[in-house]
Amino acid sequence: MRPKDHYLNHGSGFRSWAFTLDHKRIGVMYLVATLGSFLLGGLAALAVRTELISRGPTIMSADTYNKMFTLHGAVMVFLFIIPSIPAALGNFVLPLMLGAKDVAFPRLNLMSFWLWVAGALFCIGAVVTGGVDTGWTFYTPYSTTTNTNVIATTFGVFILGFSSIFTGMNFIVTIHKLRPPGMTWFKMPLFLWALYGTALIQVLATPVLAITLLLLIAERALGVGIFDPALGGDPVLFQHFFWFYSHPAVYIMILPAMGIISDVISIHARKHIFGYRFIALSSIAIAAFGFLVWGHHMFVSGQSGMANAIFSALTFSVAIPSAIKVFNWLATLYKGDIHLTTAMIYALMFIITFGIGGLTGLHLGALAVDVHLHDTYFVVAHFHYVMFGGTVIALLAGIHHWWPKMFGVMIDERLGRIGAALVFVGFNTTFFTQFVMGSHGMPRRYYDYLPQYEIYHRISTLGSYVMAAGFFLTAYYLIHSLFRGKPAPMNPWGGNSLEWHTASPPPYDNFAVTPVAEDPYDYSRLVPDKIAGGYTSQTYEGAGAR
Amino acid sequence: MSQPAHRQVGHVVPLPVLFGVLGTLLVMTYATVAITYYDFGRLNLWIALGIAVFKASLVLLFFMHLKYDKPFNAMVIIVSMALVMLLIAITLTDTKQYEPNRIPGYAPSIKTNPQ
Amino acid sequence: MSHEHQPHLQHHFETPEQQFDAGKLGIWLFLATEILLFGGLFCAYAIYRASHPEVFVYAHQFLDKVLGGTNTVVLLCSSLTMAWAVRASQLGQRKLLIALLSLTLLGGFAFMGIKGIEYKQKWEHGLLPGTHFAPHDEHAAEAAPAPAAPSPTFKPSAAGPAGTVRGDEPAVSASGPHGKRPSNTQIFFGIYFLMTGLHAIHVLIGMGAIGWILVRSIRGDFGPEYFTPVDFVGLYWHLVDLIWIFLFPLLYLIH
Repeated sequence: MRPKDHYLNHGSGFRSWAFTLDHKRIGVMYLVATLGSFLLGGLAALAVRTELISRGPTIMSADTYNKMFTLHGAVMVFLFIIPSIPAALGNFVLPLMLGAKDVAFPRLNLMSFWLWVAGALFCIGAVVTGGVDTGWTFYTPYSTTTNTNVIATTFGVFILGFSSIFTGMNFIVTIHKLRPPGMTWFKMPLFLWALYGTALIQVLATPVLAITLLLLIAERALGVGIFDPALGGDPVLFQHFFWFYSHPAVYIMILPAMGIISDVISIHARKHIFGYRFIALSSIAIAAFGFLVWGHHMFVSGQSGMANAIFSALTFSVAIPSAIKVFNWLATLYKGDIHLTTAMIYALMFIITFGIGGLTGLHLGALAVDVHLHDTYFVVAHFHYVMFGGTVIALLAGIHHWWPKMFGVMIDERLGRIGAALVFVGFNTTFFTQFVMGSHGMPRRYYDYLPQYEIYHRISTLGSYVMAAGFFLTAYYLIHSLFRGKPAPMNPWGGNSLEWHTASPPPYDNFAVTPVAEDPYDYSRLVPDKIAGGYTSQTYEGAGAR
Repeated sequence: MSQPAHRQVGHVVPLPVLFGVLGTLLVMTYATVAITYYDFGRLNLWIALGIAVFKASLVLLFFMHLKYDKPFNAMVIIVSMALVMLLIAITLTDTKQYEPNRIPGYAPSIKTNPQ
Repeated sequence: MSHEHQPHLQHHFETPEQQFDAGKLGIWLFLATEILLFGGLFCAYAIYRASHPEVFVYAHQFLDKVLGGTNTVVLLCSSLTMAWAVRASQLGQRKLLIALLSLTLLGGFAFMGIKGIEYKQKWEHGLLPGTHFAPHDEHAAEAAPAPAAPSPTFKPSAAGPAGTVRGDEPAVSASGPHGKRPSNTQIFFGIYFLMTGLHAIHVLIGMGAIGWILVRSIRGDFGPEYFTPVDFVGLYWHLVDLIWIFLFPLLYLIH
């Protein structure tokens, strides 16, 4: 059932991977790279949580603690979350969904990957030679005066920014120019709308991060004084520049995740997505609105009252397109034929955890409330619920959904469910506790704390260990499936987007003939294939199978 | 001078257009410098920016071909410029709000004790 | 459509038009990122000019309008030769293409040469950014850099006059032929060097790119059926010109 020739065995050896122009191989390399970063950032998180399990020094000094949470934040944000879904899953799936042979600029795609590697080396190098202790946000004036490796780290992030920009450029052009005949904009799968919105932000916002980091480096290396009040500068200007990128960046993190959820829910509930146009356009709305709210990270920075009010009002409005998506997903599930595959379980989990994360964003967006909650664990819990409970959970859903396509093997669903349960229980234990702790006043990034918070920290840390167990189990069964997994059929879940109309794994050039696009959410012609497993279409044979 | 556009070549800019644009740009550059000898008060900056925008438009439309291109390419540039203006507008508004003593005449100066 | 008869058509594109259109959109997206990159610097400029107008009015006198204006003319002319070069490549006028690309490259060298002269002048007068600001005045009585002291925790900390004085009061500053120097004058030079420096880096990259397509033009790589690299490098070069069109009045012509 597994095809003899496919992209994984088309050419072998290091050079055939290192210099590949095949988007599928680049996607796989990104997957390995970003998951490796997730492991590194996750271990740093476990170290942070272990330190916090009791008051006073537990396993490290205060300086090391500062470096540890900076490592956790910087690795997770820049090395893992921002690239993960677009560069790993997006690279693999996007051309397939378009019936195309590759992205518009395959060499640029490879360069994106190598830039990621270069940026990662700078960041890791900075860690290994002493680390950075500024927090991942690099606020001035501390970042301009501390003796740690700020320049190496920020230069690494600068390079990673270009990796992100090039991916964004590639996706925008591919979606504009390489759609097949018949696939108008409103016939694309929603994952592509999500990737398009993400790519817009990547291209437009990341350069501002680039100039911000360059200015920070110039400040440290040349003493320019742009953020130093004694030299006429303004440290709050750094925050304006930094958040002008970093707020849209969080939409880079969540938009592709939402795209995955739209597709997974529809396919695994065997029901046409509800409100296609609303979901599609809400992706663009989120991308646009995301540029207007950066000041809500600066409510207590000394920003003017007028700016505070404007940003607070706009922040409330940015929740609306996200809510539109949630309602449409629920409507899709209603009266659907729900198959509780691991992918679907993660998708359902997403609705709960992202829902909580998004709603708590409103707490923080309310100016008067934020004055009390800013820089407390409430903020930490909020962004972990949206980034982790949102993006990471959706990434897991996407990995489980497309794994059979990518590697031609099926996953052990039983272990998948156990892993999901551990992750769900562990995650909520870890982070819900932090909402409570934060609202009671526990500040973030603190090495030590008052006795009344100890119980919360203990519970949170234990939750993190349960979560870690879930992830290690997931890693185990995923890797195990590569060696011992059941061969996957062409269309295990019965999807109708074009990637399901080619073999699992796909051949090197994706499709022998450019396929004709239909409604990607129309499952009426897909029936279970009793012989090969999965689903088969009654009228469309699919190119490239066998 | 003006060649019939071969399909693959796309549009070829006629030479008179190119030279005309350069001539205009040079004249406007001279104007930009000349106008510094007159003082229009607060308008000085806007006049300088206005001339610069005009020159930039000429470069974009003719040298960079946007007039003859697909409109979406122009949209890309317009959106990026709009975002820059958004960043400047809001940040500048914010700065003006919280640093009243930096803008002369806005509010009483606050001086810290020097020695 | 067969790809064998069209050596420049990449395998994942159906037609040369699709490939060219895709490339064009790609390069415009890249130019958008450059606009946003410089946009941050223009924002810093706007903030500081609004907060310290007296610094800007005073300090820009140290910039040479003639050199700046000459550089503007140089870049505008090089934009013409570049646009003409694209036209030449579209029409298969190989010799003209080579000549025009060479002229454009020459323009780049001229620009960098003039920039070099300007930077040297600044260096000689001690007009450098931030803590390196040590202007050589006629009244060179005070030893320490005149404006404000660097904050105590700042690394290259020199012992200077204690305390910081807020913007609109010129502190212990020298008077010279240019008038009383306001405190924090180094902000202007910080912004000047950052903006023109980043711009100069882009000019150098552009010159490298032009050099590369010049080599390819000599090899005969370009003609009506394939001139894409000339077109795209041209767009980049025009962007470099565009940014200078704004830098010139904003830095050199403040009044």
